[in-house]
Amino acid sequence: MSSETQRILTTDGIPLEVSLKKVERRNKFKAFLLVAPLLFFLLIVYISPIIGMLFNSVDDRMVTNALPKTFIAMEKWDGKELPSEEVFEAFYIDFQKLIEEEREGKLSTQLNYEKNGFKSIIKKLRRKSKSFEEGNYKEQIMAVHERWADVEYWRAIKRRAPSYSYSKYLKGVDMYQNQEGKFVQVEEDRRIYKKLWVRTLKIAFYVTLFCFLMAYPIAHLLATLPMKYSNLLMICVLLPFWTSLLVRTASWMILLQQQGVVNDFLVWIGLVADDERLVMMYNETGTYIAMTQILLPFMVLPLYSVMKTISPSLVRAGKSLGGTPFTTFWKVYFPLTIPGIGAGSLLVFILAIGYYITPELVGGASGTLISNMIAYHMKYTLDWSFASAMGLMLLAGVLAIYWVYNKLVGIDNIKLG
Amino acid sequence: MTSSKSFVKFDKVDKSYDGKVLVVKDLNLDINEGEFITMLGPSGSGKTTCLMMLAGFETPTNGEIYLDSKPISRIPPHKRGIGMVFQNYALFPHLTVYENLAFPLKVRKLLKDDIDKKVDKALSMVSLSGFEKRMPNQLSGGQQQRVAVARSLVFDPQLVLMDEPLGALDKNLRESMQYEIKHIHENIGVTVVYVTHDQSEALTMSSRIAVFNDGKVQQLSSPDKLYEEPVNSFVAEFIGENNTFSGEVTDIAGGKCKVKLDTGAEIISNPIRVKSKGEKTKVSLRPERAIIDPEDKMDNKHKGKIEEIIYHGDHARVRLNLLGNKEFILKVPNSSARMDIKRGNEINVGWNSQDARALDPKSI
Repeated sequence: MSSETQRILTTDGIPLEVSLKKVERRNKFKAFLLVAPLLFFLLIVYISPIIGMLFNSVDDRMVTNALPKTFIAMEKWDGKELPSEEVFEAFYIDFQKLIEEEREGKLSTQLNYEKNGFKSIIKKLRRKSKSFEEGNYKEQIMAVHERWADVEYWRAIKRRAPSYSYSKYLKGVDMYQNQEGKFVQVEEDRRIYKKLWVRTLKIAFYVTLFCFLMAYPIAHLLATLPMKYSNLLMICVLLPFWTSLLVRTASWMILLQQQGVVNDFLVWIGLVADDERLVMMYNETGTYIAMTQILLPFMVLPLYSVMKTISPSLVRAGKSLGGTPFTTFWKVYFPLTIPGIGAGSLLVFILAIGYYITPELVGGASGTLISNMIAYHMKYTLDWSFASAMGLMLLAGVLAIYWVYNKLVGIDNIKLG
Repeated sequence: MTSSKSFVKFDKVDKSYDGKVLVVKDLNLDINEGEFITMLGPSGSGKTTCLMMLAGFETPTNGEIYLDSKPISRIPPHKRGIGMVFQNYALFPHLTVYENLAFPLKVRKLLKDDIDKKVDKALSMVSLSGFEKRMPNQLSGGQQQRVAVARSLVFDPQLVLMDEPLGALDKNLRESMQYEIKHIHENIGVTVVYVTHDQSEALTMSSRIAVFNDGKVQQLSSPDKLYEEPVNSFVAEFIGENNTFSGEVTDIAGGKCKVKLDTGAEIISNPIRVKSKGEKTKVSLRPERAIIDPEDKMDNKHKGKIEEIIYHGDHARVRLNLLGNKEFILKVPNSSARMDIKRGNEINVGWNSQDARALDPKSI
C-alpha cells in the first residue's frame, strides 16, 4: 500500500522532503551558531576538566616510568618469596637514574601512598647507595633497612607496575586489592572514607529535609499573600542570596560560638548555665544549621513557582465538596506541589553533598564532608589522582541520584520556575 | 415556585473587603427550593461575592445568610454541603475523572460500591459514561465542564452554586451547555444559584433573575418580566437592546405622560418611575417594539432618517436619526417586501405609548 502513495513534489518538481530538509538545515545551522560559544565554553571549562580528572584518577604512569627495568625484571617474580638478585639489580639501576634526575622524592611519595614506611627507607637507601659496590645488590639493599628485606614492600612496588589502576577508587571506599587480587577492606581503625561518605549523605539528607520543612510554609505564604506583603517576604528570602557566602558563614560563626550571641542570650534568659554553654559549632550541629539556612532559598523558589500556579479555586473546590481543610491539603494541594518538592529537594541535596566552604568553616572535625577531604588531598597531600577519583565518585553519585529521581518522579515533572 | 418557604435567605447582608467600600449593600434575597436563580450583573457588581458568601469562602460583614432556615455564617464551607461549579472548572488535575467524582463521596466515607454507583449515575447524567479513567487535561473544555457539573451534583447536594461556569467555552458549546444544565436542573429538581454576566445566558436558563449593580439587587423577577418591564434604566439598558430618550415630564394623566425631549419634540410614554410634572426622566423603548409605517392607533408617530443599515442575516438593524437621537435602532426582519430601506431615506416610525417606559433619569 505504501508503495502506491506517491512522493509529494513541490511545484518545482523537487521532492517535498528534500526541500523541507534544505530549509530546515539552514535554520538548524543558525541555531547551532547561536549556542556554539556556550558549547565551546562548556567544553573547555567543564567537560575537558572532567575528562582530565578521569585520566588523573587512573593514571599511574609516574611510577611505571620511574622503575622501567625493575618492572620488567619483576614480570617473572611470583610474589611469594623475596624477588631474585635480578630484580634488585634492575631496581638499583633505575634508582641511580632517579637520583641523577632528582626524582626519587616523587617516587617515595607515590610508594608511600601504597604502603606507609617507604619514605624513610628510600631516603636511607639514597644515602647508603652512594657507597654500594658492584654486584650482589640484593644483599647490599637488604642491609640498608630491614623493611627492604620484607616481601610486603616489594609486593607494594609490584602493585604499582600497571600504567593505569583503579586503586584510588578502591581507596575512596576504604578497600584495596591484595596480592591474590581480592578486594578487601582496610583495617577497621583506618576506615575513614566510608564513614565520610555516609556522613555526607546523611547530612545532605537531613539538610534537605529541614529545608523542606521550613520552606514549605514560607513558599505557601509567598504564593497566597497579597502582592505587597509577598514582595516583602520574597526580599527576606532572597536577601541572604545576595550576601556573600563567606559573610553568611562568618555571621553564623559569630552567632553560634560558645561566647556567641545565641549562647549569650540563652544564658541571659536563664535557659542555660554559664558554664554549660551549648556547643553548636565545629561539629555536625553547626554544619546542619548553617547549611540549612544557606540552601533554604533553593528550596523556597521552586516550591513557590509551583504553588503560584495552583489555582486557589482547587482548594475551594476541595472544601466545597466536603473535604476538611486537612483532607483538602493532603489530597488536593500537596500532590500538586510534588514537582516543586522534587525540584527543590534535588537541588538542595545535590548542592549539599558537594558543599565545601561552610562545613570547612563551622563543621570542625565531626561536621566535615567528603568535599573537604577532596580539598585536603589537593592542597596538603598533593595526591591529585586520589582527589580526582573521589571527585568523580561524587559526580557519579549525583548522576545516580538524578537517575533514580528521574525513574521515580520523572525529570519532566520538575518545575524550577 | 410552589413552596412559599424560602430555602436560601440573605438577610440584610453587607460585605466590605477593606472597610471603606461596601461591595454588597443591604442585600435581601429569598430563594425558593428547586428554583434556578441567576445573579446577573456587570463585573464588580457584587454577584460573585454573594455566591462566595453563600459557599462559605467569604463571611458577611453584617447580616446573616440562612440555608433551610438555619444561619450558616459560622459553618465552614466543607460542612455546608453545597455543590459548586467554578469558573475554570477546578477539576483536580492529578486525579482521573472517576477520582474527581469520587472525592466528595470518599470524604463522606461511603462504601466503594455506593461510590461506583453514584459516579456511574452522575457521569451518565452528563453523558460522559466511559470517561472514568481519563485525566482532566485529556478532555475538551466542554467535557471538563460536564465533569465539573457532575462532580458538584454527585453527592446529592440540595443547593448547587455555579460561578460563570460557561465563561471559557465558545459560543456554540455555551449554548448547548446552557440547555444541558437547564435540563439537569429540571430533572433532579436541585436548587441552583447561577452567576453570570451574560444576559442571554441568564434569560435562557433561569426561573428568576436577580440583576446586580453597585452591590444591590436592582430587580428580581422572571426573565420575561425583566425584559418586558424593567423597573429602572439600569436594568433596561443592561438587559437587551434599548432606545433611550431623555427629557422632562410635561404632563401626566391616566397612565400616560408627555415627555418633552431635549430637542424640543414631545413623545407619549408610560410613567413607571415618574410621578409628577417637571421630573427628569429617561424613556426606554425596545427596538422590536417600534415599527415602520405604523398603524393609525399607535400614539407615537415620527419621521426618521436612515443613517446606517447593519446586516445580521435573519434581520437587519437600521440606525435612524429620530427626534435628535442618532442611535435609534430598529430591527427589520429579512424579507423581500422592504426595498425602500436605503441609507438616506426618510421613513415613518411608530410605537405604542405603553412600550415607551419613562424611568429614572440615572444613566449608567
